[in-house]
Amino acid sequence: MSDETKKEIRVVGVLAQFSGKQTLVKAASEVRSKGFKDVEAYSPFPIHGIDGALGIRPTILPWLVLIAGLGGGVLAMAGQWWTNTVDYPYIISGKPMFSLPANIPVTFEVMILSAASVAFTGMLALNRLPRFGQPLLRNNRFLRVTDDGFFLLVSDDEVAEEKIRQALEEAGATDIEVVTESVEESKIPVPLVYGAVILACFALIPPLMIASARGTTSQKPRLHTWFDMDFQPKLKTQTPSNLFADGRAMRPRIKGTVRRGGLVKDTDTGYTSIPAVGTPGGDSVQEWKVEFPMEVTDSMMDRGRQRFNIQCAVCHGKAGYGNGLATIRALELQQGTWIQPTSLHADHVRQQPVGQIFNSITNGVRKMPAYKDQITPEDRWAIVLYVKALQLSQNATLEDVPADMRETLKASE
Amino acid sequence: MATIASGSHEQDLYRDVTERVCKITERPKPPRAWYIAIVFSSSLTVMLFGLIGYLIVKGVGVWGNNAPVFWAWPIVNFVFWVGIGHAGTLISAILFLFRQDWRTSINRFAEAMTIFAVMCAGIFPGIHIGRVWFVYWLAPYPSQHLAMWPNFRSPLLWDVFAVSTYASVSAMFWYMGMIPDLATLRDRATTKTRQFLYGLGALGWTGSAREWSRYEKAYMLLAALATPLVLSVHTIVSFDFAVSQLPGWHTTIFPPYFVAGAVFSGFAMVITLMVPARRFFGLKDLVTIKHLENMTKIILATGTMVGFAYGIEFFIAWYSGVRYEQFAFINRAFGPYAWAYWIMVSCNVISPQLFWFKKFRTTPWLMVVVCIFVNIGMWFERFVITVTSLSRDFLPSSWGYFKPTAVDVLMFIGSFGMFFTLFLLFCRYLPIVAMSEVKAVMDDGHDHH
Ligand code: HEC
Repeated sequence: MSDETKKEIRVVGVLAQFSGKQTLVKAASEVRSKGFKDVEAYSPFPIHGIDGALGIRPTILPWLVLIAGLGGGVLAMAGQWWTNTVDYPYIISGKPMFSLPANIPVTFEVMILSAASVAFTGMLALNRLPRFGQPLLRNNRFLRVTDDGFFLLVSDDEVAEEKIRQALEEAGATDIEVVTESVEESKIPVPLVYGAVILACFALIPPLMIASARGTTSQKPRLHTWFDMDFQPKLKTQTPSNLFADGRAMRPRIKGTVRRGGLVKDTDTGYTSIPAVGTPGGDSVQEWKVEFPMEVTDSMMDRGRQRFNIQCAVCHGKAGYGNGLATIRALELQQGTWIQPTSLHADHVRQQPVGQIFNSITNGVRKMPAYKDQITPEDRWAIVLYVKALQLSQNATLEDVPADMRETLKASE
Repeated sequence: MATIASGSHEQDLYRDVTERVCKITERPKPPRAWYIAIVFSSSLTVMLFGLIGYLIVKGVGVWGNNAPVFWAWPIVNFVFWVGIGHAGTLISAILFLFRQDWRTSINRFAEAMTIFAVMCAGIFPGIHIGRVWFVYWLAPYPSQHLAMWPNFRSPLLWDVFAVSTYASVSAMFWYMGMIPDLATLRDRATTKTRQFLYGLGALGWTGSAREWSRYEKAYMLLAALATPLVLSVHTIVSFDFAVSQLPGWHTTIFPPYFVAGAVFSGFAMVITLMVPARRFFGLKDLVTIKHLENMTKIILATGTMVGFAYGIEFFIAWYSGVRYEQFAFINRAFGPYAWAYWIMVSCNVISPQLFWFKKFRTTPWLMVVVCIFVNIGMWFERFVITVTSLSRDFLPSSWGYFKPTAVDVLMFIGSFGMFFTLFLLFCRYLPIVAMSEVKAVMDDGHDHH
């Protein structure tokens, strides 16, 4: 059959109807055995055995699905590892950054999702769907294909129509007709094309605007769809306000009042009146207290140990060598700003009088912050006592141990 | 068109299926019951969305969730609805792989139910996050604004992935199965609008052997993928609880027990919907008593499994020797929520046992009664698990008794409205029985096969 282009009519093929699925399968193999190549069967439901009769090769879809599934799985696993350990690592409940069991559920789901999407879209793509304007669907008889119709379409171009008809008749067709399509019909209408082009151009505007704005700076504040907590109706430090007569949002301290924790009791002065500032080696060498300003007791030592372990050990370590947990962590993270705490057993610290250590806690030393607001004077002295005991413990000889306890110490060795 | 009426005996059989199913959407007017139902259910839907708007404006405080029960009805409803969905996938995928041909007349229906149930389920955690407008933060997307990634080690994130995968795969499966049937509706269309709309949905399907060949392969693959998926979904939902360390939640039996419960509730919902639908739409020859009976057997089996799991939970609590675990369970059965616990037990364990009797398995209205009890029971199961454990946490000073607000109750009712609205629309406008699948497994009238 040749294209009858003059009349703008194209022959799609010869369409034959059959009475059932068995007859269709039989007819298909018969027609094909007569040498027709371009044969297709149409039916309301899948018929087993028709693939063989028409010589349809198995689809590659399963391989595509396999690749998609494996690819999705690998990507999901790699993505979880990279996001949670490399790009944005954070520790939750001391769990490892990456562990196989915890990352399996998401990997599994992504695997299924990608495989299923490819099964679905792959089926459509391989079948060239969606495809609108199928010439066969303009044929009234053919419409029964989705109801109860069984059809064969032979569209071998080179063979004469008569021969095809004859072959189909012999195969037991109930009706035979030639299906044609006007070329005009199969073309997309011109206004539709223009419309689509114009729409596509308009659709480009927003992405172009975003692309052009990327990387540029602007003086205007960011657009907020939802304010969330970015702007809060509260007065911040150093801002003006009409609420008060002086036009300031911050309130000065009211005369004659003491701020919380700011009260200095008379009994404290005995401790705190120790010279607080000034560096040893300057003009005015400090006179540090060398005696505890109170009676030293067992319970004070216990208190000191307890407070030291809470307040100092995180940085200085429980034994005072400057290796507390915070220090270990900071050194691991290699943060340049971290100064390793001085070992409390360093010679210059060991030689310090109690008043100087008290002062270090109270006012801080160089990088170490002051603790006077967090630790009461009594506790500070208790800590000093414990520090002194620690220092002694790390440099002690047998002679330092009371004579009556030397034997027990030896025995426990 | 003179030939249209002629045809072999075989063709008559196929034509009969087409007629029966298409008639439902093609007749000019649905039955009056449909109108009454849709007016009712769509007003409930409007109420649901109104309440969602109210919640977004006012905040999640409109719910009864409060210390120590921060997970309450919204999560209960979420798990309830997700569970319902499972029967659909089970019917369409697992029974397909096992070559259970009887599934063909109910699978479309059950799949639709899955999708609508998952839609209802998705609403609750979605609005529970507080700032709904940031729901996209759940997705792992590169963002300069946040400069961070979700925590992939959290069961809540697993849940996001599981439920969204489930929704997408079910939707693809459902739609793909419907393409040939939409083509049937397109080819029978009598008006231009119908032809255009169904034509759009049918994507130009012609039913050629090559199309069918790839289609069948894809369908098989989707079924094979959906099977492990459906098992994983409720497993992961159960991880939301099981991976935490709360007594009563932290148990390894949760995944299988949740999956069994999901299938149980899902089948109960299928029957609850199927019995009236087959009556109103004249599908008694396609969806026969045998189909219904098969489903009641599945309900009986899974209901017994669920009952067994309840027993095992108590045994393990005792056997573990952990006092907190033992307290959690004694508190469940005899504490302030004992009423909920015993509703659950009687609905879930006792009522399905009626299906041992043939009369209950073959009388539609009796089935519906039992199935409604099962659904009530399954809602209470999730309530019992969620609320009893949370209301008695590790700090007795914070113990409390959960009380829902009116918004809680009305939202749950509203979700039913939405579910039924979608369902009624589906029944009216889409092919509710998979015609091509029914035809494919039909006896074609020839003796040789
Ligand atoms: C936040 C970490 C941190 C804590 C907590 C801390 N320190 Fe320090 N401490 C340091 C650092 C760092 C130095 C060294 C400062 C420098 O050299 O800049 C130091 C130095 C010292 C010194 C040596 C001062 C000197 O003269 O060289 C003493 C004594 C001391 N700390 C005692 C204490 C005591 C007692 C406590 C508990 C109340 C304590 N520290 C708590 C970080 C800490």
